Formats: sequence, structure tokens, C-alpha cells
Amino acid sequence: MNAVFETQAPISNETSSSADSARPVYLKVDGIVKQYGDFTALKAVSLEVYRSEFICFLGPSGCGKTTLLRAIAGLDIQTTGRIFQDGVDISALPPSERDFGIVFQSYALFPNLTVRRNVAFGLENRKLPRAEINRRVAELLETVGLSDHGNKYPSQISGGQQQRVALARALATSPGLLLLDEPLSALDAKVRLRLRHEIKELQRRLGVTTILVTHDQEEALAMADRVVVMNQGGIAQVGTPQQIYSAPTSAFVADFIGSMNFMEGTRLDRQRVQLGALELSCDNDGLTADGPVTVAIRPEDVMVQGAESGGVNTFQAEIRDLEFLGSFFHAKLSEPSLGRNVLRANFSANLVRRMNLQKGQRLTVALPQEHLRVYARQV
Amino acid sequence: MVAVNPIRNAVLATPVIKPKLGRDDWIMRLFMAVIGLYLLISLALPLYAVLSKSFTVFQFSFGDISVQLQRDGHWQDAGTLEEWVGRLSQPVNNDLAPTSLTRLPILQTLTRRELQGVSQVRLRDTSETGGRLLYDAEFSKPGEIFTLEPRELRKLFVRPVATTGLNNYLVYFQTPALRQSIGNSLYIAVITTLITVALAFAYAYAITRSCMPFSGAFRTIAMVPILVPSLLPAISLVYLFGNQGLLKGLLLGEPIYGPLGIVIASVFFCFPHAMLIILVALSAADARLYEAAEVLRTPKSRVFWTVTVPGASYGVISAAFVVFSLTITDFGVPKVIGGQFNVLALDIYKQVVGQQNFEMGAVVSVILLLPAILAFAVDRFMQRRQVALLSARAVPLIPKPNRALDRALLIYCSVVALFILGLLAMSQLASLIQFWPYDLSFSLRHYDFGRMDGGGWDSYFNSIRLGLYTAVIGTLIVFLGAYMVEKCKGFSHGRAGFQFLAMMPMAIPGMVLGLAYVFFFNSPHNPLNFLYGTMAILVICTITHLYTVSHLTSLTALKQLDPEFEAVGASLKQPFYRTLSRVTTPICLPAIFDIFIYLFVNAMTTVSAVVFLYSPDTTLASVAMLNMDDAGDIAPAAAMGMMIFYTNVSARLAYLGISQLLFRSTQAWRKR
Ligand SMILES: Nc1ncnc2c1ncn2[C@@H]1O[C@H](COP(=O)(O)OP(=O)(O)OP(=O)(O)O)[C@@H](O)[C@H]1O
Ligand SMILES: [Mg+2]
Repeated sequence: MNAVFETQAPISNETSSSADSARPVYLKVDGIVKQYGDFTALKAVSLEVYRSEFICFLGPSGCGKTTLLRAIAGLDIQTTGRIFQDGVDISALPPSERDFGIVFQSYALFPNLTVRRNVAFGLENRKLPRAEINRRVAELLETVGLSDHGNKYPSQISGGQQQRVALARALATSPGLLLLDEPLSALDAKVRLRLRHEIKELQRRLGVTTILVTHDQEEALAMADRVVVMNQGGIAQVGTPQQIYSAPTSAFVADFIGSMNFMEGTRLDRQRVQLGALELSCDNDGLTADGPVTVAIRPEDVMVQGAESGGVNTFQAEIRDLEFLGSFFHAKLSEPSLGRNVLRANFSANLVRRMNLQKGQRLTVALPQEHLRVYARQV
Repeated sequence: MVAVNPIRNAVLATPVIKPKLGRDDWIMRLFMAVIGLYLLISLALPLYAVLSKSFTVFQFSFGDISVQLQRDGHWQDAGTLEEWVGRLSQPVNNDLAPTSLTRLPILQTLTRRELQGVSQVRLRDTSETGGRLLYDAEFSKPGEIFTLEPRELRKLFVRPVATTGLNNYLVYFQTPALRQSIGNSLYIAVITTLITVALAFAYAYAITRSCMPFSGAFRTIAMVPILVPSLLPAISLVYLFGNQGLLKGLLLGEPIYGPLGIVIASVFFCFPHAMLIILVALSAADARLYEAAEVLRTPKSRVFWTVTVPGASYGVISAAFVVFSLTITDFGVPKVIGGQFNVLALDIYKQVVGQQNFEMGAVVSVILLLPAILAFAVDRFMQRRQVALLSARAVPLIPKPNRALDRALLIYCSVVALFILGLLAMSQLASLIQFWPYDLSFSLRHYDFGRMDGGGWDSYFNSIRLGLYTAVIGTLIVFLGAYMVEKCKGFSHGRAGFQFLAMMPMAIPGMVLGLAYVFFFNSPHNPLNFLYGTMAILVICTITHLYTVSHLTSLTALKQLDPEFEAVGASLKQPFYRTLSRVTTPICLPAIFDIFIYLFVNAMTTVSAVVFLYSPDTTLASVAMLNMDDAGDIAPAAAMGMMIFYTNVSARLAYLGISQLLFRSTQAWRKR
């Protein structure tokens, strides 16, 4: 990122889904501030999580995801602000008096206990009969597919298996809230894909309210019911994966999720922006004043097919570069009237073949009005 | 979310959350408070007692005693004793500064001439606190009147009263014999440090950076001095170079008694400490630096001075300060081989045991504390730097063979090893010979400790008891303390205070601690007075004396664990002690064993910390060595030293065996 983006459009926390208002709120985070000396790691974060929902905290490194998660767990209690779980104020309670299971990035498996005893750890010491404990442990190991590995030590099983042991251990006591701090980041890509699916499946089956911290956007989009995008100790946007992807409310979110063309322009009025020599129509209701703006569009939303000269938001451009990326081509388009801006576009292999696109070729490009997003820009 | 300044608003609107303390938090804080209290009582308060003792000045306060004389049946006032003393032709008490034990016969203040014709004398303690006079071993009460016939005055003494002042220090610095010890101590410590560090550096270099054969054996041999009291090398030196020494001629008439002997024996017992520290520093080398130097064709000698030495410099400096403080605080060596050469640590012993001048003992203690604390502070600073260096290391260095260098280093290490083993062997030999040097036949009679002063075999078994108690109780206290300070949440002031108390013992010389215990626990006002003279006080003193190293070992082990174990335990609603006993302790078992054996071995060899504290029922092997040597029974002292050595060797071997067995059954998880 080279520009300073500002969150301008109102964040549609409540409007993200009209059906949500009917769902019961399980966890309510209200104005959480966390200070480490002079440094403010969380700046008045508020959030509502519905029962049985799968929430992902997504954001760049150091934005405060772990801090927020640990505040919810009571491991590092916030400086100010309240947290309610199931209607109860848990703001000041120590972790042992809260109701959650947790999986850390390191898994924190007890290395000197077998897989079975790791899972049983939370069940022992609560006056449960031994047979009951054994039954429950067997059931949990079955659930995570580790029935054959119960007698091994953590160092004797693979990373993915360790991860599942940690999950089984966290779920053993049937907590109301499951907290996962980058649980998949230590695994290789293949295993990560499989486990992503398994965890999601398990969560749906158990219906346990789950918060997963990640800095991997793909993971967040694939797993979450709703994604909480965080930036510099605050929440940038909350919404379903689709909303986050297709309607990012700030340049930060737009840039962080997927890839996005950013072009410098000027707002002319509610319907139009100036981009180089071009005048584009677009909705920019969010903005109130004319002035410098950033115009954004996703590369896959740049159209060539069916774009006729003289249509809305169409112009001629030259293909400066065409890169083959398997299922699609990545093109860099330039045009004197665009000014210094270079437009990146993804074209399907099919399209490239059909239109016989080549480097150096000129073509007609359209920027569909509904896909153009405009953010205020500070100069 | 749209608020202009959300942070500020939130801070203003909602109060700061005060975390509620769970049961675990309370228990942990309680534990920490208890162990902290233990350290306070066993360390801070006794040290305070030393400090205040060093400022306690005893003075006669003659003005508080009024005199009346009866002549011909009539009482008449004769002023205060002060006026009488003023009229004396000679200074009172031979002009010696009084100590707590000084008792001045009243007849030294009342001149016989003035008592002519007096039938009775009436002396009155006019002070408000009393105790100015002593009659029949009883202190006077405030206002108490003694009416005595002149011949009964023999039984009456004037007693000095305690005040606070710098007088003791003045006396100290005005007495050349005392003052000189400062210079002597520094001289010995500096020379020993230079020699030891140089020897240890070359030795450690040979072990880590060359392909010299037998490096494992050399490493083991270097550790031998840790297993014996510091008295032992001194005794061996007496046999080798003393008046009837085997190799006396080698010294060309120079006496071994004095600086020479002290330095050689000190080098012996400091060597392993320095060697270990430098060894660690040298093992932390980054091979890439050496590869770069090789690519640049830097000459070997320049690589040594520009890469090797700077890389190990923190280790070297740290080793230097450790040796410095070990030497300056040791008293066993100068006691045995110091001759007329006085050093600070020995002065404390002489003042306290020889002259019963506790105040002066306290003054010397305070003076000895200064360099020890300084050395400690520098060492801590260096250690911290070294850690940073270690974690940044990248590629371990694998030495390449170099025939000439390897051979030279082999010869060098052999010479050092011979020195170490030779001193040990000399004591062994001496203890097995009938009567050195006249009857060289074999005999075990020196092991018949019952015939000698020092407590006989009881001392030996007392030492083993002390070792075991110290190891068991000490390991428990230290490990739990370290656990609490590492894992307790919040409570930052409490933790910082605890950490400070835990680090302090390293800076306190054993002698000073022992003397502090005398002042503190022997005071009749102390409710813990009953501990005095028991095995318990020896155990407490030894644990406290050895606290820091054990504490640091525990912390290091605990820091290597995943910090989230406790969080997982808490999320599973398990009390902390369950996670501690089921997970943390088993994983830390090797470190716990290390602490145990460290405490045992050191409790067996320590002299300085306990020399003021043993009673006839609790004599110890190391103290017996000292006393037997003092009484001229040098061979039995050597024999006792060897017994300590063999006990420690056995303990170490047992430790190896047991840990092998134990790890096979409980540490299976370490294997993949
Ligand atoms: N104990 C602490 N003391 C001081 N600052 C801290 C502490 N813990 C976290 N921070 C700071 O708070 C900010 C947020 O940290 P946090 O661990 O929540 O980030 P994160 O979003 O989880 O990042 P990552 O993806 O790297 O895990 C960081 O800038 C971090 O440096
Ligand atoms: Mg994190």
C-alpha cells in the first residue's frame, strides 16, 4: 500500500444481513480498548457474534487479532470495555471462569502425555466416572479421525494430526465458544485445505460458536459465515465473505482482500469521476465532497467482450503485457487518456483465444458502473 | 464506530476493567508471598542485621552511674563515675575500643587512694534503660542501687552501651593490619582471575575449537574441583610445597604459605567455573563468520584475534567476574595456606571466632560485600548480552583438524589436567600414609576420624544429611518459586520484588551470610531464635546461599516450555497445580534433577556459609576439615576431603544412573 486510505463509507455492521437481527447474539464485544503502556493495540472494538456462527478475524500482522481473541478468552484482559457471553458480563473474569475452548498456533499439546490423555485432560478431575471419560475420549478421537493414534505421543504424529488433537482437546468439555488462533498456519498447503474443510464441517455439526483468527484471506473467505476485517487495532469491515469481497467499504479492505486496481481520480459529482482524460460514471454516494478520489475495480471485472466504442465507461486501451497464469491471463492495459494509471485485468483463457488477444493489441475496454468503487483520497 | 475519537470516548465512558482474581491466582500469589517471605527472613533481614551491627558502636556511659561513699557512718555524694574516670592517670580499658563483650571491672575506675577509709560504696544506675552495670552476671535495672563493701566491688563491672555511629569504620581504617587486607584481597583476586581466565580460555578453546582427542575426558576432569571443598587443594599444596613438602625445592626458597599458595589453590577451585562459562560462549560461534574469513584469506592468527576473541568476550568477562568474586569471598584457602597473609574473608573469621568482635566482623563483611556486589552486577549484565548473542547464532561451527595445533593443545590440556588430578592425588596419597614424611607405609588410620577433633564420622554423616535436606527442600522451594514468578499473571511489583530477592544470594559471600545468621537468629528477641544451633538453620542458610543458580536453572527450563500450557489448562477448567504436576514438572524433570545434584554437591563442600552456624551436634565434614587442619591434623583433614570427593562422585554417578532409568520410563515422549 502506498496511499493512506481512509475509512469513509459508513460501515454496515448492522445492515450486513437483514435476517441477522432476528438471530440471538451469543457474544457481544463492547468498546474494547487494550493498551500496552502507551501503545494502543485495540481501539474501541465493538462486535456481535451470533449463536453457532463461524467468525473469522482477518487482518495484516500486528493489527490486533490475537489481542482481541485473548481478551475474549480472558488471557490478557482488556483495559476498558465490556464483553458479554450468553448475556453474562464476563469482562473481568479469569479464563478458568469463562466458557471456551482454545487452540493455539503452537497447539500447546502436552508433550509428555499421549494423545488420549491430552484429550482427556479437561475431563479428568471433575468427578466423571472413568468409563464415561473413556467413552467421550473415544468419541472425540473418532470425530477427528484419530482413533488409531490414541496411545502415541504428540511428537510421534504429524502436524495435521497434532492440530486435530488440539481441536479434540478444546472440544472435550463441550465449550460454548471455540477460539482458534491461526490453527492452520503451521501446516503445508495441502493439509491446510483439507483441515479447513474438516473444521468447518465439524463446527457446523456441533453448532459451536467459533472465532478463528487468520491472516490468510482465502481461509477466511472459505470458512467464515462472517468475516471481521481488522486494521491497526480497529475493525475495518464486518460482513459475509461475498459482501467483503464485492463491496469493500474502504480502500484498505479492497486492497487487503483479493486484488484490486487503484487509480487516482477526481470526483466531479454524485455520478461522475474524472480519471485522467476520461470521465466515468459511477455511484459514489458515500462521498460528500468533490476532490481527489481513488477509483477501484477488480481485475476480473474489467470487460472487453461486448464493449462497444461509445458505450458507458468504455475506452480504447493497449495491451502492454499479457501473462499466462493457467486458467486465465493477466493483462496490463494502458491508455494515454488514463494518465499514469495502469489497469490490470484478468481475461479468461477462453476469451483470449476467442478474441485472439495479443500483446500490443488495442481493444475496447469497459469498466462496468456497478463494479466501480470510489474512495476518498488524501493528498 | 463512526465516533470522531473512539478511543478517547471509550476511555472516558467506561471504567478500566479490574481483572477478577481466580482461585488459582490467589493460590499462586500466596505461594509466591510465602517463598518471598522465606527469602526475606533468610536473606534480607539477616543482611540488614549485619549492616546495623556494623554501625553499632559500644561506649561506656560513665555519666549514667552515680557514686556515693560512706565514711564514718555518713553517706556523701561523690559525683558520677565520669568524674572519677577523668581523674585517672591511665586511660580506661587500656584505651581499647569496647565491644559488646567488654566488661570493665569497676575497680579500674575507682582509685584505691580515694576509697581509703570508705566503709561502703553505693553505685546507682541512673539511666532510663538500665544495664549500665553488671553484678553477679546480672544487668542492673534502671535506677538500681548497689551498696557494697570495698572488697565486694570485685564483682561489679561497667558495661558499655550500644549507640549508632561510624566509629567501627573509623577504627577499621585506622588499623593498618585490618586495612591492609583490602589490598591483599584485591591483589589475590586480580592475579587469580587473570591466571584462571587465561588457562580456562585455552582449555575451553581446545575442547570446542580443535580436533584434539579425548576432549570429553578433559571436560570431565576440569569439573573435578567442583566436587571438593576449597580447603582440599590448599592442603595438597601444603603436602607438595610446605615445610616438609615433596617438591619444596621447586619454589627456590619461596614459601608456599602466603599469596603464592592462595593463588595456586584458588586457580584450582575457580577453574571449572571459568571454563564452563567460556565453553558456552565459545560453543555459540557462528560458522559463517569463519567461512567468510577463510574466503577472504584472513591469516589464522588474525581470525583468532578479530573473530574468536570478540565473539567470546562477554563470556570471558563474565568468567573473570565470577572468578574474582569466588576468590575474594573464599576463606578456606587462605585459612589453610595463607600463613601471615590476611585477606578480607579470613578477617571476618578471625574477628568473629578469634576475637569475638562481632561489630568489626560486620564491618569487614560490609566491605567484602562491595566488590562481590559489583562483580555480580557486571556478571548479570554480561550474561544478558551473552544470551542475546546465543539466540542470534546461526550455523554451528565444526572444527577442522590441524595436526600441529591439535597436538599443542593436547599437551596443554594434559598439563592442566595433570595439575588438577595431581592436587587431588596428593591429598589421597597423604591421607593413606602413616606419618608424612617419616613413615611412608600405608595406613587407614587417618580415616579414623573419631580420634581427632572436628566431630568424627558424625560430621561426615551430618554433611550427608545436610546435603539431602538441602537438595530435597531446596529443589522444592526454588522450583516452585521460579514457577510462580514465571507463571503468575499481573502482580508485577510482587514479581519484581521476588525476582530481586532471588537474585540477591549470588552477590552475598557465604561468610557474610553466615555471620548475618548469627546476628539475626541468635538475637534473644527473635522468635525464630529456637532455630539457632540446629540442623534446620544450616539447611536454611545453605539453600539461601545456593538459591540464585538453582533459580536461574529453573527459570531457563520453564521458559523453554510453551507459554500456553497454563492457558490451555485454565480453559479446560483445571486448577494450575494439576497442569503443574501433570505437565510442567514432568517436562522439567531433567532440570529439577540438575538442581538437586547441584544443591547436594555444594552443600557437601560449603565451608564459609556454615562455619559460624554449626553446633556440637551438627558439625559438618567440611568444617571438620577446617578444624582438623587448624589442630595440625592435616592428614585426617585430607582424608575427610577425599571422603567428600568420593561422596560427590557417587552422587553424580547415582544421578546419571537414576536419570537414565527414570527417563526411560517417564520421558519416552522425548523420542520420536
Ligand atoms: N504484551 C505486549 N506488549 C506490548 N505490545 C504488544 C503486546 N502484545 C501485542 N502487542 C502489540 O499489539 C499489536 C497487536 O498484536 P497482536 O498479537 O494482536 O497482532 P496479530 O494481529 O495477532 O498479528 P499476527 O498476525 O502477527 O499474529 C502488535 O503491534 C503488537 O506489537
Ligand atoms: Mg496473532
